[in-house]
Amino acid sequence: MHDMSKKITALSKTTKNREASTIIEVDDIGFSYDLGKTETLKGISMEIPKNQVTALIGPSGCGKSTLLRCLNRMNDLIDTAKITRGAIRILGQDIHAAEVDAIELRKQVGMVFQKYNPFPKSIYDNVAYGLRIQGVKKKSILDEAVERSLRNAALWDEAKDRLKDSALGLSGGQQQRLCIARTIAVRPKVILMDEPCSALDPIATAKVEELMLELRKDFTIVIVTHSMQQASRISDRTAFFYLGELVEYASTSHIFTSPSVKQTEDYISGRFG
Amino acid sequence: MSASENPFESKRNWTKLCEKLGVGSFGIATYFILFCAALIFGQIAYKGLPTFFKSEAPYVNTEFFTSNPEILRVWHDAEGNKFSMPDKKFDVWRRDNPDAVILDPHALNYSAGGIAGPLIGTALLVLFCMIIALSIGISAAIYLSEYCGKGRIMSMIRLSILNLAGVPSIVFALFGWGIFCHAAPAIVDHVDERSLFAFSIGSNYLSFQGWGTSLLAGSCTLAIMVLPVIITACEESLRAVPKGFREASFALGSSQWQTIRKAVLPYALPGILTATVLGITRVAGETAPIMLTATSTDKTDMPMQALQNEGVWAFFTQSVQALPFHIYTLAKLPDDPLSKPMQNGATFAFLLLVMGFAFVSILLRNRVRKKLKW
Repeated sequence: MHDMSKKITALSKTTKNREASTIIEVDDIGFSYDLGKTETLKGISMEIPKNQVTALIGPSGCGKSTLLRCLNRMNDLIDTAKITRGAIRILGQDIHAAEVDAIELRKQVGMVFQKYNPFPKSIYDNVAYGLRIQGVKKKSILDEAVERSLRNAALWDEAKDRLKDSALGLSGGQQQRLCIARTIAVRPKVILMDEPCSALDPIATAKVEELMLELRKDFTIVIVTHSMQQASRISDRTAFFYLGELVEYASTSHIFTSPSVKQTEDYISGRFG
Repeated sequence: MSASENPFESKRNWTKLCEKLGVGSFGIATYFILFCAALIFGQIAYKGLPTFFKSEAPYVNTEFFTSNPEILRVWHDAEGNKFSMPDKKFDVWRRDNPDAVILDPHALNYSAGGIAGPLIGTALLVLFCMIIALSIGISAAIYLSEYCGKGRIMSMIRLSILNLAGVPSIVFALFGWGIFCHAAPAIVDHVDERSLFAFSIGSNYLSFQGWGTSLLAGSCTLAIMVLPVIITACEESLRAVPKGFREASFALGSSQWQTIRKAVLPYALPGILTATVLGITRVAGETAPIMLTATSTDKTDMPMQALQNEGVWAFFTQSVQALPFHIYTLAKLPDDPLSKPMQNGATFAFLLLVMGFAFVSILLRNRVRKKLKW
C-alpha cells in the first residue's frame, strides 16, 4: 500500500510540470437547476489543459459535480436545468451551440460515475457497449478494442479468462476499472470522473489513481474528488469551488503549499468543509 | 433489589396480552383465507376431476378436451332402463336400431361433448388481447417514464390511466360493443346497411361498420380493459431500473432510444412479465366484455375452420366460444344430474387454464430474473 502511494507520487512528479495546450475552455458559465431562479454555478471561468489531470475540489453543494456534468451535457437529462450565461468550449467548439449533437459530444467526452455502474452483462459486453452503440459489429474489431481497453484500464490480467462472465462478479474496484475501460473503449478525448473512488477501499483506490496517471498520456482527465490527499496525489491542477464560485484555480503544488486565498487554505487544512 | 434476583423477569401486563391477541387474530385471518381458498379449489377439483377421466382405457376423457359441446339425448325403454347419448352418436345408433323403443325422450343442451371450442376461443382471445395490450401498453409506459416530462397535463394523464383501472368491466364491454362491433373501420366488398359511413378505395370500400361480434372485437375490448393495469405496472418497472444504467449509457454516446432499448428495457423485463401475469389472469376470467363483443351461443365450429376455409380476415371477424361465457351458459341449465359433469368439468378446466397461464408467465419471469440480477 505504501509502495503504491510512493509509486503514484513518483509517477505524478515525472510529468507534473509539463506545458500543455488548453482543451476545455470554461467561459463565465452560469448554471441553474430551476430554470434560472437560483444559480448553482455563478460565472465560472477556467481553462483545462490537455493530457493533464485537473481536480475539482470543494465542500458538498459547491457546484463541482454540476460543472463536471456541464462538460458533457449530462445536465440535459434534467428538464429544469438551464445554462444561464457564458459558454463552454471544448476543442474550440461551443458545446451548447445549436449545431452540436450532445450524443457526438459524449462520445468525445466520456464519464465515470461515483457509484460504479456496470451493466448486468458480461465483462466483454460491457466494454463493447459503446462501440456496438456506434454500430461496430465486426468481432475482430470488438475483440481488439475490448482487449486494448481492458489493458489500458489495468484489468486485462484479472479479466481475460472470464470475459464472458457477468461483470457483477467482479470486486468493487474491478467494477470501477471496468467502467473506466468501458469509457476509454470509445476513445474519448476527455474523461470526466465524478468521485470515482468514493465507493472504493484504499487499495482499490490506489489502483484507480495509478490508472489515472497512466491514462493521462492519452486522455485529458477532469476529476471531482472529496479527498484532498487524492487531489494532491494525482492532479496537475486543482480548482477549489465554494458556493458555486471558483475560489482558486492553480497548479496543484501551488494550491496545496501556498494557496493565495484564505478560504482555500482553510478548506485544505480542514478548518471547514 | 427485591425478592427476585432476575432483573429481566417476565411481567404479565396489558402490552403482552395485546401482542398475543394481535398475533393470534392476524394468524387466524391468514389461515381463514387459506382455508377458503383450499375449500373453493378443493371443491372444484373434487367435482371436476371425474369429468377428466373415465373408467376404461385410455382413462383420460379425451373427448372432453377435443370436441365441442353437444346436446345430450335422454330416454328410457319399455323396461324402464335409462339411456343417455350425445346427439351425433344418437343419430347413428338410431339408424342402426330403428325399432328400439324410446319413451319420454328429452334433450339436455350442452350436457355432452366437451369444451374444445370454448377452450380454444378463450386461449385465442387472451393471446390476441395480450399482443395488442402489451404492444400499446409498453409503448405508452416507455413514453410516460422516459420521454414525457412531469408537467401538469402528464400527471393528469397518469391519474386518468389509474382511474381507468377501476372502471367496471361492463362499461368497457359497452364501449367495445359500440366501437369495435359497430363502428370500427373494415375493408369490405359491399357496404353493410349498418355502416356509419363508407368510401371506396379501388374496387373495395373502407366502411365504418364494425367487426361484428368477433374475436377481433373481443380481443380489442379486453386489451383496452387491461391496458391501465399493464401501463401502470410497466411504467413502475421501467422506473425501477437504476438511474446509473441510463447515465452510463448516455455517457457512452447513446441516443435516448438506444439507451432505452439496450440499458433500460432488458432490465425492466421481469416487471413487464409480472404485469403480463396480472393482465392475463384478469383478462382470461372476464365474462361481461366477451359476452357482448366476442361470443355467440350458436357457434359450433372450431375457430381454425374459418382460417382454412375463408382466410385471415374471416378468422378474426368470426365469433368464438369462450370458457367463462360457456360456464355461465352451463350454470343456467335446468338442474339435472346428467348436466353436472359438464358444469364441473368446465369450471375445473377453466381454473386450470388460468392458473396455467399464470404459472408459465411466472416461470418465464423467474428465468429472466435469474439472468438479470444487479
